[in-house]
Amino acid sequence: MRTFQVIAAIFMKDLRVEWRHRETLASMCIFGILVVFLFNFAFEPAREETLRLLPGLLWIAFAFAGVLGFNRSFAAERENAGLEGMRLAPVDPGAIYLGKMLANLFFLGIAEVVIVFAASLWYNFSFIPALGWFALTTFFCTLGYAAVGTTFGAVAANTRMREVMLPVLQFPVAVPIFIAGVEASTRALKDDPVSDYAGWIKLAAGFSVIFVVLSYLLFEYVLEE
Amino acid sequence: MPSDRPHVNHALELRDVSKQFGSFQALDRVSLRVEFGDSILLYGPNGAGKTTLLRVLSILARPTEGKVLYDGADVHTHPAEAKAAIGFVSHTTFLYGDLTIRENLEFAGKLFALSNLEQRVADVVEMFRLRDRTDTHARELSRGYQQRVSLARAFLHGPQFLLLDEPFTGLDAASAESLQELLRGLQAQGKALIFSTHDFRQGKAIAQRLVALEGGRVKYDGPMKGTG
Repeated sequence: MRTFQVIAAIFMKDLRVEWRHRETLASMCIFGILVVFLFNFAFEPAREETLRLLPGLLWIAFAFAGVLGFNRSFAAERENAGLEGMRLAPVDPGAIYLGKMLANLFFLGIAEVVIVFAASLWYNFSFIPALGWFALTTFFCTLGYAAVGTTFGAVAANTRMREVMLPVLQFPVAVPIFIAGVEASTRALKDDPVSDYAGWIKLAAGFSVIFVVLSYLLFEYVLEE
Repeated sequence: MPSDRPHVNHALELRDVSKQFGSFQALDRVSLRVEFGDSILLYGPNGAGKTTLLRVLSILARPTEGKVLYDGADVHTHPAEAKAAIGFVSHTTFLYGDLTIRENLEFAGKLFALSNLEQRVADVVEMFRLRDRTDTHARELSRGYQQRVSLARAFLHGPQFLLLDEPFTGLDAASAESLQELLRGLQAQGKALIFSTHDFRQGKAIAQRLVALEGGRVKYDGPMKGTG
């Protein structure tokens, strides 16, 4: 019970801090929209080509928006050693991880909705027919990505060149998530049978669960001095 | 608490603690025992190990060798009890600039699972004279005021041991005097204070015991009287 209270307190604290300055979410959305916009010039948006390239493009936008978000999430903690302030309290380090991870998941989710909306406008593409499976795919992949990004965000926060270190550390680990996201999203948007891509969704879900659990158990060592 | 341990004071103790950062020896076989009511000045030149010692005592840093004990138990295997008894004020304030004073205190209180949080926050706001600015964002406060809020945050959960790392740094004379007065008040309540400062005179005004550090080692540990 106490663990849930701590997770909720950290989650709400991050939401409140973000609501006050709105820098993280704005940066993530604008960056993601820019990626989508710039790629608009790279290829002719005929329907077949759009279907082939759009999922990959979306996941590139999600990936880099996520890097921005994870970096800023820990920048706020670094400003006045907020993470250390939390460690002074008798709280499970795993609860700190879950609180931060849920906040990152929330912000990344909002940014993804904005990016998808922008993509639907620019590429004149409707996500509505496949929205359910596309949303499910995106949720599990985003969960896994937030799990990875939060862990490596904490690791990179205390390094020099952290803006570069974070993607260098997290992208190799998150590759299965992106592959699953692109493959499942492509097939969902093509309206392929669910059985064709259910395996990718299960891979993303399994990866997410494993990484969340591992990070929860090992976050103490990430924070330790 | 294990039942087979002999009766002990609620003491915070370093036992042969060493701390290394790479090849740098920050602390070298330091032993120190702090009991309720102690007021200890940690004194020494830059790089002596004062901050490291305080961080090890506050369980923010794990010693490379040796043990940190609270009430006889290793704080790294039983951290919850120890953390509930310790308050730490550092160079950094642990405050979130975009949150108000009240929100910062409430967040800290939730981390410590304080049951009467609203009352506790009201009590420390009163005690540390923060009432006029509880709805001000921490970022807008002066250094001296932030230090006061940081102290209130450290005191919120009613710790028995208050560790302060150079609390007077960056304060003007009036703020420093105000902080001295606050610390004397806490001392009068029976709290254990361990603080570091470069200003020996300032430290002597509050502390009754001096621990002098040099090169990560304790050079002197004894009464403040007759020193300086």
